Amino acid sequence: MHQIRAFILKEFKHVFRDRKTLLLLFGMPVVQIILFGFAITNEIKNSRIIVIDQARNIWSHRLIDKIDANIYFDVTGIKNDPREVVRAFRANTAVAALILSPEFGSPDKLPDRAPYQILTDASDPNAASLITDYLSAIIVSERTSEINTPPPLQIGTDVRMLYNPSLKGAYNFVPGVMALVLLLICVMMTSISIVREKELGTMEVLLVSPFKPVYVIIAKVIPYFVVSVINLVVILLLSVFMLDMPVKGNLLLLLAESALFITTALSLGLLISNITSSQQVAMLISLMGMMLPTILFSGFMFPIENMPWPLQLISNLVPSKWFYIIVRSIMIKGLGLLSIWKETLILLVMTLFFIGLSLKKFSVRLQ
Amino acid sequence: MKVIVDNLVKSYAKGSPRAVDGVSFSVGAGEIFGLIGPDGAGKTSIFRMLATLLIPDSGRATVMGYDSVNDYRKIRSLLGYMPGRFSLYQDLTVEENLRFFATVFNTSIEENYELIRDIYILLEPFKHRRAGKLSGGMKQKLALCCALIHKPEVLLLDEPTTGVDPVSRNEFWEMLDKLKSYGIATLVSTPYMDEAVLCDRIGLIQHGRLLGINTPAAVMASFPRALYAIRSRNMTGLLRDLKTIPVVRTALAFGSSIHFTLRSEGEEDAASIPGVLSRQGHEEIRMEKIDPSIEDCFIEILAG
Amino acid sequence: MNTENIIETRDLVKRFGDFTAVDHITFQVRRGEIFGFLGANGAGKSTAMRMLCGLSRPTSGAAVVGGYDVYSEAEKIKSIIGYMSQKFSLYEDLTIAENIEFYGGIYGLKRGEIKKAGSELIHRLGLEKEAGKQVSFLPLGWKQKLAFSVAIMHRPAIIFLDEPTGGVDPITRRQFWEMIYDVAESGTSVFVTTHYMDEAEYCNRVSIMVDGKIAALGSPEELKSDMHARDMDEVFYILARGAKRME
Repeated sequence: MHQIRAFILKEFKHVFRDRKTLLLLFGMPVVQIILFGFAITNEIKNSRIIVIDQARNIWSHRLIDKIDANIYFDVTGIKNDPREVVRAFRANTAVAALILSPEFGSPDKLPDRAPYQILTDASDPNAASLITDYLSAIIVSERTSEINTPPPLQIGTDVRMLYNPSLKGAYNFVPGVMALVLLLICVMMTSISIVREKELGTMEVLLVSPFKPVYVIIAKVIPYFVVSVINLVVILLLSVFMLDMPVKGNLLLLLAESALFITTALSLGLLISNITSSQQVAMLISLMGMMLPTILFSGFMFPIENMPWPLQLISNLVPSKWFYIIVRSIMIKGLGLLSIWKETLILLVMTLFFIGLSLKKFSVRLQ
Repeated sequence: MKVIVDNLVKSYAKGSPRAVDGVSFSVGAGEIFGLIGPDGAGKTSIFRMLATLLIPDSGRATVMGYDSVNDYRKIRSLLGYMPGRFSLYQDLTVEENLRFFATVFNTSIEENYELIRDIYILLEPFKHRRAGKLSGGMKQKLALCCALIHKPEVLLLDEPTTGVDPVSRNEFWEMLDKLKSYGIATLVSTPYMDEAVLCDRIGLIQHGRLLGINTPAAVMASFPRALYAIRSRNMTGLLRDLKTIPVVRTALAFGSSIHFTLRSEGEEDAASIPGVLSRQGHEEIRMEKIDPSIEDCFIEILAG
Repeated sequence: MNTENIIETRDLVKRFGDFTAVDHITFQVRRGEIFGFLGANGAGKSTAMRMLCGLSRPTSGAAVVGGYDVYSEAEKIKSIIGYMSQKFSLYEDLTIAENIEFYGGIYGLKRGEIKKAGSELIHRLGLEKEAGKQVSFLPLGWKQKLAFSVAIMHRPAIIFLDEPTGGVDPITRRQFWEMIYDVAESGTSVFVTTHYMDEAEYCNRVSIMVDGKIAALGSPEELKSDMHARDMDEVFYILARGAKRME
């Protein structure tokens, strides 16, 4: 017991005496949150829209005012000629266009063609579809507010964005960044730390001692567990207070699930350290093998449902995918353990699998 | 005998030559046994097998009667091991390193301080300095302390003097000598031939095979022929010209003189050499018969 | 600078914070000379060598290597020197031929020159059959000889050797020094550090650094007679034992 304590203390010393890595460990989460939270956003605030108003009546004017007043849109021009739309798209002075036909607004005339048309620059398809939906929603609500009786035989769609009505990007990114940062730190740092021992030659000396090699592993993992928990708390604080993220569900459950994920990542780091013998390779596998799949397959940047099914299968192997679901469920949807027991179990099984494999491959000798 | 090595064989990759090719020797209590040979001779592999870190392909290694393969756990608690390149924690201080290794071996610095006191005295002024910032000689001393801290029965030192200056090397061997009185069996490897005379017994090793085991004195006495040293004003020219004399068998530079042997044992042949050389223009020729050093013996065995 | 000298230093100093690693050293190395640069670990040898190779900027003092000033023309120095150390010489996972090609390119040789120098080198070492093998398969002694040959491929004015024979067997050590003699005879100066005191005897002149200063400078004969010592081992012992900087 005394021995393990001494070893853990030594590991803490290593972590805190390495200034550069320390900067990375604690600086990275902060930077990522700030970057993703503020700078990179796929929201559509102030989208530039050009209106071709061929109706020029009080209803079209009212609609245009309403659109311009909405924070998501910025009317950059009101023109007559539909050809202006192409010009505007090319010059990038607009990303969407609303064409109001001459019959727009008149309640008594039954239109023989579409009273309005929405055109979007779909080179950013995500934004384009959002814009279309918003715009339609605004127009429909404006129309129904004027006519007391809704037009007959109309099937209205009621589009509502549950949980995140203002479609704040932060809700998407923060859980993703949490997964990414925790995974990177735990996997990379753990594997590097163990491999460094091998490279230095001190592992050799440790093996030839009564100290059980298994304790080496445990002792190495603990400082990074502590560092990761600190990072987790920092990320949560930043997200809640700076980015206005809610924590609708149980905070303790969130922390417990995060602790589980940290353990999963640590055990993955262990596994990597067992199969590599140089720090560079360990770092490379961690970065390339972990970071890329996490970004691609956890679902926070690209929807998994849109991917071809082989890739969807692969995404199931990425631990951060499950953690992402868990975090969103707890933080944004306010759900409890009953809803996420499946994902939790998967993470648990993964952890046990990694640990089991590491122990099996761990050698008490050099060969 | 505390350490017994019996016909150890080890090769690393299929088809590649054996790193260790049937090596046998033993080390007793209070003895310093030197494995003398160049890099790649197989020294480190032998050490690793004795330290229970590698499994031999065939043969046996026993430490204190325990088998290195089956009873490795027992061996690991009574070995002091110093692998090459001083395995120390660079960012821990001298004292922290020592304390850590003491704890790992379930002991404390104070418990066996007697053993390391003479060495640690030199380190003590730097005990708060990080190990990475020590010079080679100091790292070597610290590594030795860490290996001794738990009062091992057997000390395995793999090239502890490589890359260290001659003065520190000398001091190191003086320290090893003092440890003999504690009954510790010490196995040391080194590529420096001149350190061989400081051992009780030596084994010359090359290409995974032992070329001979004996006391240094016996090895030197077994040199099969007469050995001469010669010097002149122009040493480079001397070496070249010596090699052209038909009766000269081997001629090798040895610092400030050249050691050579003759094909025959006749005294007249030796006496004729200075004459031949001065006729070739050499000046200030000084020649004498000498006792062979370990290096002379090693080269002779290798060449023969 | 005297054109007879390939290296000239005057009061060269290197300080790291308040620690003076190299403390006002002054010496010259002549063209075609084999100069032994000795000293205990921590005496300042490596620091001094790094300054002369243009790898580290001195704190004060003057140093000129091959006619180039170490402060302002460090890059030019690198083009006229060769360097070989025990720790790193060749790429283990490249073949002999690939290493030759690589280093030839680094030293600025043209393709034709590389081919010619390379095949000469291989022939001189007798490695024709091994040229396509990875360096890692060569025994250490051969690696060192090969590394040395590669380091002089571009015919530098001076070659720096940092403990080139460490751990090598006695026969190969001597073959290595024969190569050093050959190269010195053709006009290349050799600046070598070593812990083998018998190798110190093979040098034309030797300097011994103690605590950052040069404690002795001269031919082995001169030093031995000055100190009434039997060999260079004793000379070194006498000087280095008094060193304060033993850490």
